[in-house]
Amino acid sequence: MFGWEFPPHITGGLGTACYGLTKGLSKHKAEVIFVVPKLFGDEDKTYVELTDAEKVTIFQTRKSFDEFWKNITYLQIDSTLLPYLDPQIFEKYIQQSFKISQEHIKEEAFETHFTFSGKYGADLITEVTRYAIVAGTIAKDHEFDIIHAHDWLTYPAGIAAKQASGKPLVVHVHATEFDRSGEHVNQTVFDIEQKGMQEADRVITVSHLTKQIVIERYGIDPSKVFTVHNAVEPVELEEFNITKHFDEKIVTFLGRITFQKGPEYFIEAAKKVLQKDKNVRFVMAGTGDMLHRSIERVAKLRMGDRFHFAGFLKPEMVNKLFSISDVYVMPSVSEPFGISPLEAMRSQVPVIISKQSGVSEILNHAIKIDFWDIDAMADSIHALLHYDGISKMFKTYGKTEIDHLKWENAAYNVIQVYNSLL
Amino acid sequence: MKSICFYFQVHQPFRLKKYSFFDIGGDHDYFDDYSNRTILKKVAQKCYLPTNALLLDLIKQYGKDFKVSFSLSGVFIDQIEQYAPEVLDSFIALAETGQVEFLSETYAHSLSALKSKPEFEHQVSEHRKKIEQHFKQKPTVFRNTELIYSNRIGEMVHNMGYKGMITEGAKHILGWKSPNYLYANVINPKLKLLLKNYTLSDDIAFRFSNSAWDQWPLTVDKYTDWLNSALQSDNEVINLFMDYETFGEHQWADSGIFEFMRALPEQVLKHTDFKFLTPNQVVKHYDVVSPLDVPYEISWADEERDLTAWLGNDLQYDAFDKLYELEDKLKELGDEKLLKDWLYLQTSDHFYYMCTKWFSDGDVHKYFNPYQTPYAAYINFMNVLSDFITRINK
Repeated sequence: MFGWEFPPHITGGLGTACYGLTKGLSKHKAEVIFVVPKLFGDEDKTYVELTDAEKVTIFQTRKSFDEFWKNITYLQIDSTLLPYLDPQIFEKYIQQSFKISQEHIKEEAFETHFTFSGKYGADLITEVTRYAIVAGTIAKDHEFDIIHAHDWLTYPAGIAAKQASGKPLVVHVHATEFDRSGEHVNQTVFDIEQKGMQEADRVITVSHLTKQIVIERYGIDPSKVFTVHNAVEPVELEEFNITKHFDEKIVTFLGRITFQKGPEYFIEAAKKVLQKDKNVRFVMAGTGDMLHRSIERVAKLRMGDRFHFAGFLKPEMVNKLFSISDVYVMPSVSEPFGISPLEAMRSQVPVIISKQSGVSEILNHAIKIDFWDIDAMADSIHALLHYDGISKMFKTYGKTEIDHLKWENAAYNVIQVYNSLL
Repeated sequence: MKSICFYFQVHQPFRLKKYSFFDIGGDHDYFDDYSNRTILKKVAQKCYLPTNALLLDLIKQYGKDFKVSFSLSGVFIDQIEQYAPEVLDSFIALAETGQVEFLSETYAHSLSALKSKPEFEHQVSEHRKKIEQHFKQKPTVFRNTELIYSNRIGEMVHNMGYKGMITEGAKHILGWKSPNYLYANVINPKLKLLLKNYTLSDDIAFRFSNSAWDQWPLTVDKYTDWLNSALQSDNEVINLFMDYETFGEHQWADSGIFEFMRALPEQVLKHTDFKFLTPNQVVKHYDVVSPLDVPYEISWADEERDLTAWLGNDLQYDAFDKLYELEDKLKELGDEKLLKDWLYLQTSDHFYYMCTKWFSDGDVHKYFNPYQTPYAAYINFMNVLSDFITRINK
């Protein structure tokens, strides 16, 4: 399994989902070799064998990646030094030979030209490419039946592993470029995504919404696309015995403060709620390229004493925030799945989610609105704050609903997809 | 008569500590005692103590021929009382020479003149008491925060009994007129206005150590020549107004700023006709040449010389308006602790940190700013203010 991050080093839902899935797979006695670009050493290894892509590169390149090795020799680097290289020096070689390796990859895996500009730096693409090279090595050195790649960053690695081993490839679509960037897609990323889905034997999407995008926008054969909804890890509520020091109720937004997450609709709805009821505090936790604009908007609406920015929160602080929240809102413009409402419901917080989210396909005890409908959002927030009937129902049944959304069940569905290939 | 009038501004805010959303309701200590104490002690060593000693030497040497004036913010005096009583003693020693004048200002170095007349008057009167208590002087000249001035503010100041007020010789107000005369308030001409000569002031305050400046290094000879050539007639005064931290803090000791100041009086007294006067003496000795119409507020900050460093964007308006909305309720409650926190929250620096016009004067703004971004400053201030509001409503 190729991933890009693993707890505790996560930047978003991807790492959390990978962790949950591998944990679920282990319950079904599936063995997982999980490959990530860089290991910090404190990842949870209970359920998976984690492989550090960098280590593999350094120690195993010579004996198992002959094609690539020729290129280095070609660059007239003293070969006697090579078995003892340290990572920094190896990185230099990699950079010197990047042009060659890039073409190497280009011929084998992609017809895309690697000319990059825009928001993804050249370094990230370099990393993606290096990761793919290493993937080929790992594929030759390990025994396995299925290759499973999570999101576009690892698709080239999945393809390389497939070419090296001949084993079937499953790509797992947690998000697409259309979710991240709206209609302003980065063509290079789109091309990598499309190539990955085309080369894959099966495509798993996290929602029907994403499945539709994969079929319609990427032109993928519907017969090989399967939806497996995400799940959530159960936690004990007693873990968070936090008391709040003020009387006002709290309405929370949590996520990257970017176009995709719809922070501006939350701000506008907050203003509408505050016009009716001053005894509410809004909290926006997270960071992103729309943070400064959001702060300015809050100041412009003169509600800085009721609308608080909490910054990026670590997991324990997220749980702390949920434990004092009265309503959780996820107004995403486009959300392939959206695990955070499940985390909120797990803490018995009633949630409002946008209809444009994958998670809305599976939740019953949640208010679903269009992300742009700030009147409906404000109305729902107000209702959940003031009408005990609905908020109590959501708290009780929402928790029960979440308890049934187990990773074990999601993993079972993934195994069904695997079995169709074996 | 030709004269030079030195006025030095001395101020340090009570900076806020890092205060997160999670602290609201549970933590009512807002100020960063450690960094406030550390900064004050550092600046005391680099600037206040050595410069006060230097000025005391000069006064001993030249007697009545050398004079300066100060405006010490109330929050600064509170801090030296707590953290550095030796600094307070050195200012008292200067006051006792009789050659040093202390001006009036708002206690909290606040922008209250723009928002609330009662609060403004209250702070000026509290500050006045503090000055009388320590320095045994009754100020007659007023200095508003950041030299902020308008016709309306001048009228308020006159009605409080002041004879003079100092402000910026802003180009857009003066036009062709010279800052080197005494002017008067338009509404009530009894209030006389001393205008800062910003070119000659900033030569010392901003440019002194700038080796990229074509006049660097600035010698006493050269500067005295400039003083001489700046005047058109005998009826003029050059007002040299600057932050006191110019000496040793903004311009480091190794730039030669102390030697410059030590040598300046001798050069001026021996080779020119200039006398040193304090603002009160300028007001007494000079005639007003004309009223000066300032319909919109001016200040001494940045290229614009306006309010936009403190009140120029929505972050600042929101924080400022929310803070002053509390006035009536606070005064009704009359709780000492709440009133003191409110006073310290009014210090203009808190709003200055939220300034988003980084580009032309960004370096100066960043130098004094404990926050990474104006957004962080706003969030921190609003979190504190939210807690403060919960206390008022209890």
